[in-house]
Amino acid sequence: MKNKFSLFFVIIFLSFCFVVFYKGLNNSNTYAPTIKGKKKIPIFEAKDFNSSVYLNSKKIFEEDNFYILNIWASWCVPCRTEHPLLMRLSKNQSVKLIGLNYRDNLNNAKKFINELGNPYSQIIIDDNGTLSVEFGAYGVPETFIIDKNKIIIRKFIGPINNEIVEEIKLIIK
Amino acid sequence: MLANQIGYYSLILGLLLSVLLCGVSIKDLNSSNKQINQNVLSLSFLQLVFVIVSFLSLILSFINSDFSNETVFNNSHTTKPLFYKISGTWGNHEGSLLLWLLVLTLFIFLFLIKSREQPKKYRILTLLFQQIIIIGFFLFVLMTSNPFNYLFPIPTEGLGLNPILQDPALAIHPPILYLGYVGTSIIFSSSLAAVTQNYVSKKWGKHIKKWVLVSWIFLTIGIMLGSIWAYYELGWGGFWFWDPVENVSLMPWLILTALLHCIIVLERRAALTSWVVILSITTFTLSMCGTFLVRSGILNSVHTFANDPARGIFILIFLFILIVLSLGIFFLFHKESNKNSSNFLWLSRETSILINNWFMMYFLSVVLIGTVYPIFLDVISSEKISVGPPFYHKLIVPFLIPFLFFMSLGPRLKWIKSKIENKNSLIITFIISIMLTFFIVQNLTNDLLFYTILVSSAFFLFFTTLKELFIKKINNISQTVAHFGFSLLILSILFNSILSSEIITNIKIGEKYTYNKSEIFFKNIKERKESNFNSIIAYFEIKDENGKTVELKPEIRIYNQPVIITSEADIKTTLLEDKFLVMNLVKGKEYFNIRYQVKPFMIWIWISVLLLSLGGLMSLFKKKYEK
Repeated sequence: MKNKFSLFFVIIFLSFCFVVFYKGLNNSNTYAPTIKGKKKIPIFEAKDFNSSVYLNSKKIFEEDNFYILNIWASWCVPCRTEHPLLMRLSKNQSVKLIGLNYRDNLNNAKKFINELGNPYSQIIIDDNGTLSVEFGAYGVPETFIIDKNKIIIRKFIGPINNEIVEEIKLIIK
Repeated sequence: MLANQIGYYSLILGLLLSVLLCGVSIKDLNSSNKQINQNVLSLSFLQLVFVIVSFLSLILSFINSDFSNETVFNNSHTTKPLFYKISGTWGNHEGSLLLWLLVLTLFIFLFLIKSREQPKKYRILTLLFQQIIIIGFFLFVLMTSNPFNYLFPIPTEGLGLNPILQDPALAIHPPILYLGYVGTSIIFSSSLAAVTQNYVSKKWGKHIKKWVLVSWIFLTIGIMLGSIWAYYELGWGGFWFWDPVENVSLMPWLILTALLHCIIVLERRAALTSWVVILSITTFTLSMCGTFLVRSGILNSVHTFANDPARGIFILIFLFILIVLSLGIFFLFHKESNKNSSNFLWLSRETSILINNWFMMYFLSVVLIGTVYPIFLDVISSEKISVGPPFYHKLIVPFLIPFLFFMSLGPRLKWIKSKIENKNSLIITFIISIMLTFFIVQNLTNDLLFYTILVSSAFFLFFTTLKELFIKKINNISQTVAHFGFSLLILSILFNSILSSEIITNIKIGEKYTYNKSEIFFKNIKERKESNFNSIIAYFEIKDENGKTVELKPEIRIYNQPVIITSEADIKTTLLEDKFLVMNLVKGKEYFNIRYQVKPFMIWIWISVLLLSLGGLMSLFKKKYEK
């Protein structure tokens, strides 16, 4: 009797674990933390990807528009998977994509863009990773949504997926 | 190219041999022969050979930088030194699974050779259970993570091995860890076989103890190597971070340690059989569970190679099949051993080992919950949390006190019924420990009471084992050495954490930074070129409080393939303390961010772990059972 009961209990418990792990597998690794308070984008100067000219942050984000800042690198594997989605987003007229090339080799980065297409209206270089830290990034890839008041309203840690693209489209409408 | 084909087809042949082996051994199970059919042995050997061939051909592809192989393309590069080309073989998901298979087949072959005195049916059943695991892994490798995928057109250059994996300690860490980690599969298979044959007995205990010891020793050393690597390479200045991956290797270790103690009871008294069987099953299940957690990408960690859900689902289903199978066998076949032998009084060796078990169970549950709770929470409430060191410290450290105390007393007890002998000397040792601790600790920490109790319980174990080593005649030296090692480990960890100090500052070349009486002087920098990286080496002169100067040369490496910047700490090790200096680039490049740490007794942590495994090794090689 006792044995049967414990067997039953073990089976229920195991099935529960199985379901949780199974669901956990399908959960994405992307993490969208809630942003507390209004955080304005930092003021900075950064090198342009194509011309190596230094650009002011005011100039980069000058238009009265929604911006998406995407931190990427050619050595980052998840960046490759999210790239087609960024290409899709870039077709949207109401938003501009800024690429922040994180700790990368310029030649490799250029090859990456040539191979997979350029979704960004502007790419800036973050050689030593400090600019990303100022934005509050943890790693690559990371995606920030910046509204017309130049305030970061949303950030996604990890590669973006279809659901996130839909969410972004809703925000920028 | 050719190596690729050979490797792939030997894998398939290995799988076919598994099926064949199952057939032959089932037939042999019902035959009337007293000895196992010679064919079974030969087939098992052949299977091992095929896996070795497959493994060697992957190594060959890595050495030749054959980029038509997808695994090589993803994880190697022509400019890598030969040593790292070879170690790159198991530094990735596919290759490490091949290593996993190699250990599985190697162990079952060795088991067959080494178990000739055991009953035939038991040996064959062990082989069968092991083949179930082997078939599962063959299918896993071939279906979801084939190391020999062909790439066309052939790329001219590979993507390179992650720089943080290019380290000597890490090159040997996976094989050694795997010997322990996967070695537990034999314990799993043979305990299942023993349960079905109702063979969980003294004789079985004696025979399986060797395998438990082997796995335990390799696992201990493997964990230590990983920890050394984290200390040197990750540059965080610690040796244990409660990262999921570390936890996953610690959990089987805890269970294996409990099992080792239970088996001693089984071998002497034929008691605690349920414990032994359940622990044997859990050890391997936890190894599998660890593989699942780490490889499926369900947790983020240094060791997550790829996020491929198909792989995760495969291991998950396989894992649960094994759990259900083993639990089913346990519930159906296991009979509690005869009542007589489980008769023991509360003050006896048996009780002390049971107490040890419960402590291990407790430590295990803390680590397990800390590791998987974030997953459960995420799935159930989609809330993200991360469980950090404070959780583990709060829950584990206080319980070390009674644990250490029992560990000092337990081995002095006798079987069945006992009195504590030499009470006076024990009390004297205890008082000495408390007084010594009080003098050491009183100026060091605010939490005087807690640390006094904690450190003195560690000292108590230290002195009792030390006394046994030197004064008493050598009766159970392996156990004493291992316990002595453990007390030394706890003491070094405690003093390390109490006495460590750290300075973090930004500094530029030619600058001097003074703090208390110590002085950090940044002399100059030099550049160096290697085939796989360029590096900036900085020269620092550090004067400590006693006026002694040392030169430390931390490095920043810029690896070329893939481009990643890593900081290499420079560490000066002495018997008393490690001086640890690591630097990072800061914006503007003129300043460097440095972190200077003094970490006392670091080397004793490694030494004590080695002592711990030495204890295991001595127990493995001792000739006859000691009285």
